[in-house]
Amino acid sequence: MKQMSRIVRTVTNLIYGFIIIFGFYVILHGHLTPGGGFQGGAIVASAFALLLISYGALNTEKLLKKDLLSILESGGLTMFIGTAFLGLGITFFYNFLANSGSWFGDAAVIGINPGNMNTGGVIPLMNIAVGLEVLSALGVIVLVMASGAEFTKKKENS
Amino acid sequence: MIGNFPYIAAIIFIGLGIYTLMFKKNLIKIAIGVVLIQNGVNLFLITLGYIKGAVAPIYTYAPSGQIMVLPTPQALTLTSIVIGIATTALILSIAMMIYKHYGTLDTDQVRRLRG
Amino acid sequence: MNLSNHIPILIIAIPLLAAFLVPLIGRINKKATGILTTLALSVSLILTIILAVKILTVGPQVYVFGAQSPALTLPSGLKFPIRIMFQIDAMGIFMGLITAVVSFSGAVYSLTFMEQHSGLDKYYSLLLLLTVGMFSMEFTGDIFNFFVFLEVASIAAVALISFRGVDLGEPAEAGFKYMVVSSISALMVLFAVGIFYGQYDLLNFAAIASVVKYSQLDKIALGLLVPVLAMKAGAVPMHMWTPDAYSEAPAPISMILVAASQASLYALFRVTFSLYNITLNTLAVGWIIIIFGLLSMFIGVTMAIIQKDIKRLMAYHAISQTGYMFLGVGVGLAVLANPVALSQYGITAMEGGIFHIMNHAMYKGLLFLTAGALFFRTGTKDLNKMGGLAHSMKYTTIFFIIGAAAIAGLPPFNGFASKLLIYESVYRFNPLLSIIAMVVSILTLASFVKVFHSAFLGPKLPQFREVKEVPKSMVWAMAILSCIIIFFGLFPDLIVKNLVHPAVMALIEQFKYTGTVLGGI
Repeated sequence: MKQMSRIVRTVTNLIYGFIIIFGFYVILHGHLTPGGGFQGGAIVASAFALLLISYGALNTEKLLKKDLLSILESGGLTMFIGTAFLGLGITFFYNFLANSGSWFGDAAVIGINPGNMNTGGVIPLMNIAVGLEVLSALGVIVLVMASGAEFTKKKENS
Repeated sequence: MIGNFPYIAAIIFIGLGIYTLMFKKNLIKIAIGVVLIQNGVNLFLITLGYIKGAVAPIYTYAPSGQIMVLPTPQALTLTSIVIGIATTALILSIAMMIYKHYGTLDTDQVRRLRG
Repeated sequence: MNLSNHIPILIIAIPLLAAFLVPLIGRINKKATGILTTLALSVSLILTIILAVKILTVGPQVYVFGAQSPALTLPSGLKFPIRIMFQIDAMGIFMGLITAVVSFSGAVYSLTFMEQHSGLDKYYSLLLLLTVGMFSMEFTGDIFNFFVFLEVASIAAVALISFRGVDLGEPAEAGFKYMVVSSISALMVLFAVGIFYGQYDLLNFAAIASVVKYSQLDKIALGLLVPVLAMKAGAVPMHMWTPDAYSEAPAPISMILVAASQASLYALFRVTFSLYNITLNTLAVGWIIIIFGLLSMFIGVTMAIIQKDIKRLMAYHAISQTGYMFLGVGVGLAVLANPVALSQYGITAMEGGIFHIMNHAMYKGLLFLTAGALFFRTGTKDLNKMGGLAHSMKYTTIFFIIGAAAIAGLPPFNGFASKLLIYESVYRFNPLLSIIAMVVSILTLASFVKVFHSAFLGPKLPQFREVKEVPKSMVWAMAILSCIIIFFGLFPDLIVKNLVHPAVMALIEQFKYTGTVLGGI
């Protein structure tokens, strides 16, 4: 994929960081506002796709490494299943942190409220795990598809 | 009667998707047909949960004294969208592999397996 | 912590954890990926056998995710279950045993068959995910959970079919066809799930089964579910994906794909027997399933005789044998509302059909593995180019003879037992069906004699002079399946009484299925 014009590259430089921060905000507040693991991860991956479109595949591969994203993906998945295994004392996927007073352990408020981020138990941890996994997986998909395109192959071989 | 319009739209989507799948010859258009069917089924699922005059099912800063729509179909549709992304990524990757070997995306010329 | 309560979930959670750890371990040591896969699947096999003994002696098991205790289906006075649960009765664990044995042999076989390929960590991870998808399709008691794992299994299967598509073009084409077909069928299943949710506000199999009325919308849902699940199982008007997918996949994956198609067949039986039971018009739906069976048997075997590619021939035979299962269970469904006919020949027909599911997975798996062994040593799948291989590959020849005799229905092997049950009971329903089944069996024997003659008999060809026997792990995998075939063939009465008959009664008696979840029979 070819590089785009200077206007596009400048706008990308300005807003790339804000998209990633917004994506992480959506992941972390998944138990209070609309969003959650998959949605936030897709927003961060769209920042990677923006970088690919405006700078071209060859320049982006110097910044985003496929190996690192692949390790992050496996780490996110293992964290998800590991958190599910930790509740095995009672049942699989049991929410052992809810209403217990430790991490994310405040009592959940029922009814209309301003929202306390410290509630939810295991759910915010699983949101983070799924968010990490989705951003790495979609990032790897988008990078591999771009490096398989004809223009990139011709440039690499020339 | 006007409240049934989303259901009719979902059926039209599925019908258009099946038409594209059966009669188009380009592999990318077949992939688009599958995506159209996915969108139709997702629209059908979301419309099932609607209650007339209700608000979104979120407790944070919600307006008081109103009922909320059913939240379960929203969870089902979210799962279906995630599965749709994985399916679309896989179909497009396989189309790229076919293009690399045969040099064309026309289904009439990609049919080596017959009989 | 009483670990024996958690066995249903450990069968699935251990391969899932291994599937996520395999890419991480693959970066350190390439050989460890295969060994980790085999260990995880062997643990699953042992736990499945323990769970089977428990279910056949005690009764159906339920496992609720995230509840206060594993069997708490109705928390604090609610009338219907709200959590996702696994509900395993005798029919579910029957299919679970097939999946466990087949995927364990597939992993053992792949240790040496796939050694020369690159990207092996992804291959083993996908194999574990396919196994997890199949197990969950057979154990789940929640209809949306079934859709999710149907898609998981389909996506993993497509990626494995196109695994060799990096160098060749045909596996990619086969993978594309399979992906489009399974995508459409899964979306139609989701549409039917939406119809059930919109009418009854319930997603649990047993809960829907207790309140279902056969209204117009339920007829639409049944009309969507039956053809679509039969399409995933490979029935004839919808069978176009089967020869391509089974022949272009690597040999152990063809074997596991057979078990995956049978998991969709299990879902079809679950929907018609346990979800609807007598509320539907059993004679009409039963005859539709019988017609699927007849067409599959006949068209499968006639297309198989003319094939030159050995794995495509075996794939057409898989379609034909699936026709036997449709025929047996279809006859059982057609007489479900008629208690006299049911006890006379209906139950025997269903026993034949369901016993045939396990027999078919065993001998078709063995045949695919021998075809893979031939491809591994000679590099070709074309029957015209092979010849005289019995001189150098003695073990493979013996295993092929066992598999071919079993599929044709010769007496000391297991195919004979299930086919005899089907012939005798279907004859009393309608004699013509039984005669067509016997003719198909003769044609099956004819086509396998042709394969044996062209691949194994004859003088030793000069280009195959230095062909040796296949490596040890492939021989062990084939030996496991052969031992099971011979054991089932020598003692069919034991298997039918202890494994198959409880499965058939679990399908027929719907009140036991709903009573396990909703409490009180």
